[in-house]
Amino acid sequence: MPNFNDILILLPEFYLVAAACLLLLLDAFMKPEQRSSLHWLSILVLLVAIYLVIAGQPDFTATAFGGMFVRDRVAEILKVFALGTTALVMVYARPYLIDRQLLKGEFYTLMIFAVIGIMLLVSAGNLVTVYLGLELLSLSSYALVALNRDSGLSTEAAIKYFVLGALASGMLLYGMSMVYGASGMGGAPSLALSHLHDVISYTTAPKLLLFGLIFMVVGIGFKLGAAPFHMWIPDVYQGASTPVTTFIASGSKLAAFGMAYRLLEGGMGDLSPHWQLMLAVLAVVSLAIGNLVAIVQTNLKRMLAYSTISHMGYLLLGLAAAGPEGYAAAMFYAICYSLMSVAAFGVILALTRSGFECEEIADLKGLNQKSPWMAFLMLLAMFSLAGVPPLFGFWAKVLVLEAAIHAGMLWLAVAGIVFAIIGLYYYLNVIKVMYFDKPAEDSVLQVKSDGSMRVMLSLNALSLLVLGLYWGPLLSWCREAFGL
Amino acid sequence: MFNHLLSLLIWLPVVGAIPVLLAGASRPNMARWLSLLVAVLTFAASLLLLVQYHPDAGGMQLVESYLWIPAWGVHYGLAVDGISVALILMTTFVGILVIAGAWEVIQDKPHQYMAAMLMLEGLLIGVFCATDALLFYALFEAILIPMFILIGIWGGPRRVYATLKFFIYTFFGSVFMLIALLYLYQKAGTFDMATLAALPLTMKEQTWIFFAFLIAFAIKVPMVPVHTWLPDAHVEAPTGGSVVLAAVMLKVGTYGMLRFILPITPDAGGHFAWLIIGLSLVAIVYIGYVALVQEDMKKLVAYSSVAHMGFVTLGIFIAFMLVREQGNAEMAQLGMQGALVQMISHGFVSGAMFTCIGVMYDRLHTRQIKDYGGVINVMPWFGFFYVLFAMANSGLPGTSGFVGEFMVIMASFTANPWIALFAAFTLIIGAAYTLWMVKRVLWGDITNPHVAEMKEINGRETFVLTAFAAAVLAVGIWPQPLVHLMDSSAMQLVHQLAVHKI
Repeated sequence: MPNFNDILILLPEFYLVAAACLLLLLDAFMKPEQRSSLHWLSILVLLVAIYLVIAGQPDFTATAFGGMFVRDRVAEILKVFALGTTALVMVYARPYLIDRQLLKGEFYTLMIFAVIGIMLLVSAGNLVTVYLGLELLSLSSYALVALNRDSGLSTEAAIKYFVLGALASGMLLYGMSMVYGASGMGGAPSLALSHLHDVISYTTAPKLLLFGLIFMVVGIGFKLGAAPFHMWIPDVYQGASTPVTTFIASGSKLAAFGMAYRLLEGGMGDLSPHWQLMLAVLAVVSLAIGNLVAIVQTNLKRMLAYSTISHMGYLLLGLAAAGPEGYAAAMFYAICYSLMSVAAFGVILALTRSGFECEEIADLKGLNQKSPWMAFLMLLAMFSLAGVPPLFGFWAKVLVLEAAIHAGMLWLAVAGIVFAIIGLYYYLNVIKVMYFDKPAEDSVLQVKSDGSMRVMLSLNALSLLVLGLYWGPLLSWCREAFGL
Repeated sequence: MFNHLLSLLIWLPVVGAIPVLLAGASRPNMARWLSLLVAVLTFAASLLLLVQYHPDAGGMQLVESYLWIPAWGVHYGLAVDGISVALILMTTFVGILVIAGAWEVIQDKPHQYMAAMLMLEGLLIGVFCATDALLFYALFEAILIPMFILIGIWGGPRRVYATLKFFIYTFFGSVFMLIALLYLYQKAGTFDMATLAALPLTMKEQTWIFFAFLIAFAIKVPMVPVHTWLPDAHVEAPTGGSVVLAAVMLKVGTYGMLRFILPITPDAGGHFAWLIIGLSLVAIVYIGYVALVQEDMKKLVAYSSVAHMGFVTLGIFIAFMLVREQGNAEMAQLGMQGALVQMISHGFVSGAMFTCIGVMYDRLHTRQIKDYGGVINVMPWFGFFYVLFAMANSGLPGTSGFVGEFMVIMASFTANPWIALFAAFTLIIGAAYTLWMVKRVLWGDITNPHVAEMKEINGRETFVLTAFAAAVLAVGIWPQPLVHLMDSSAMQLVHQLAVHKI
């Protein structure tokens, strides 16, 4: 029987579920012309959730429902940033949705449900919670990708995402069942991650356990979008409407990190020598495929998709280091990446109009002439993604490289740095197009006049510079979360 | 306030760039005057540095240190010694001249140009006074951003190629330095450069770290064979970009060698001194010949820069050889002094040469030597300056070019007369390519009718060239203040060379 304390620990999640249901109801009874108030209401809901997460944070790790749900510093930080970036996505999405008559309640409620999925996932203390959170996030995401149902590209992307996602979920589930089975050999079977942690020490079926581990790593690799499980990323990024892509590229990545941390460190910590190597291979392959294929892309969203794959490679560098240092670095990276990609997609969203998606890199030609400020914001995002100091992305890269060296994987760090040089090219290419090329004769570039979006986008991109100059506190939080 | 003089020097131009940007395209003149004001204020502040720094006391002075990243113990640490002071003064001095030089030349988005210049200036000053390796690295890389923009927007026809090559090439080098720094951090638990200098390292570690540093700095200097980005970047860069690139940015490479290779890997440095000396001689002799056949004036001066920077690396590593193999600290110091003086001198001379070429380019829009001829007939005053700087470039006594080269040749003679022989080649080749260019550009009859329409330099250009000329002559005729300023620091460097860490 759940007691009152359990409910208090889950208050932000319960609150969000209630709020999302209420929003659905409101949407049903609302006149079409009042719909825009839903937008502000949803953002308010998320902001209140951030407040609840921060205000209600326990002094030490708290668990609810018999360890199914863990509330610790790691979860808190990831939740705050997931909620924050999702709120940003909503702000950026409004003009886009209005232009395309997509401003519907579904967008907002699905986003909120996806966030609830993220929150469950990063707080999971049990294989079932992991799966629950993952499915809630994934199913909401599939629907979001298909939101623009009249577009063939969106539908195609949604189906691809769904089929591959279902496959990956199946893999993960299969792996979980193996692990569960292994935990039953020689002891009481358990789904609790804390219990699984030392299963290797007593299980009589270590092979079965490793077998399960491999499938779980596949599931994690898919969710992160790490090569060779990256196939869905380019199509989904390109096919989904840009606000949804932004969400998948930001909040969803935080969730993927949380999931990897919970499953691998929380559940399989004693097997780290095994999964470290798997993650290292995933990292190198992701770095190679992401960076090399991104070079030849002409579609901006697709290029950013491949850039995501390479960034997940860097995140895996930190995870593969398997230690508090490495996790702190990887979490820092995930936060950094979500801020950078929201900013980059935000600029794209600011330039789109109905009938003009601003998807091609060539569409940005001469942006510096048309709107120096937007060009500057994009420049910050691109240099940050490329990892050029003094921007935020550079420090995140330094941290994961340091973690890899610290864990004795100097070769991995060298691979990371070599691909950083290769990756530099396509980011510089975007800057080149914006700054060095003359605008095309028929250029239709124009910046949205939506005030809230402009302000938030400016703050978002400038934060990459500010955090690049002063990243100490964030690093301290990340390190404290892992007990450093 | 004056405890933060170094911070002021860095942030004044960087923050000053913001109002310049905001002044906007609509008020280009305001942007110009504002940026000039910022540059002049920065120069004035750097003169204060000269007052506050005590050359005789030696060591790092005007120390500022604040904990920046507590988790890693990274400090926002700034301090200067004589070398830094000299380089900072040169940076701020050149900073004014490039802004004045771009005044009406840059018509397309002048506010962005000026702002990028100011940011570049601030970041360069930061590089010259950072005492924390991570801060140094961040600034070292950050200078690429404004330079990338400067070449890319205001450059010549192949600017995109040149600027991408420049960025990726230099980025490529420096990331290996980052790995080395992270490795050192693992060992020392800090990025403080003084602590890293005292860190004992085995020969194997030193060798790897030495080459990681070397690739970063050798590309920046640039040394043969990684110099190929420089001619492209110089040719395509706008005049101001070329001036800053040649005068200040190249010095970042040799400055990094002094701050990192010398103290952190002295044993590996001594062991591989022959390699650097060999590469420097190749730069001096071979690149000199390459310069001889250039048809583009900017390319010629770019190659001559590579040759002259060869003297700097030669001076630094000949000191290694003298101290570690012959125990001759006195001559080693002479070589080191020569390298330092050559750094400053090359800054003024190459900056002046590029300014001169820019002046001609603004009138004729070509840099090909064959398009000129007889310029002296229409621009006598310009001819005067051009000949003066050409003389300095070929190392004529009485100009700054002579002092450093002479000191380095003296030191290398003690180390090995053969090295001195090859190094002295530069006096012939340098004179050959520079004077031959002067002959073809200035003298002779006017063959190109457009040359006849060239106008004499105006007041602004005269001011810029006079300032450069004053600096070149001051260092050439009376180098003593400059030498004195850097003397104790050079001595300290020589002491660091002699340390055995194994």
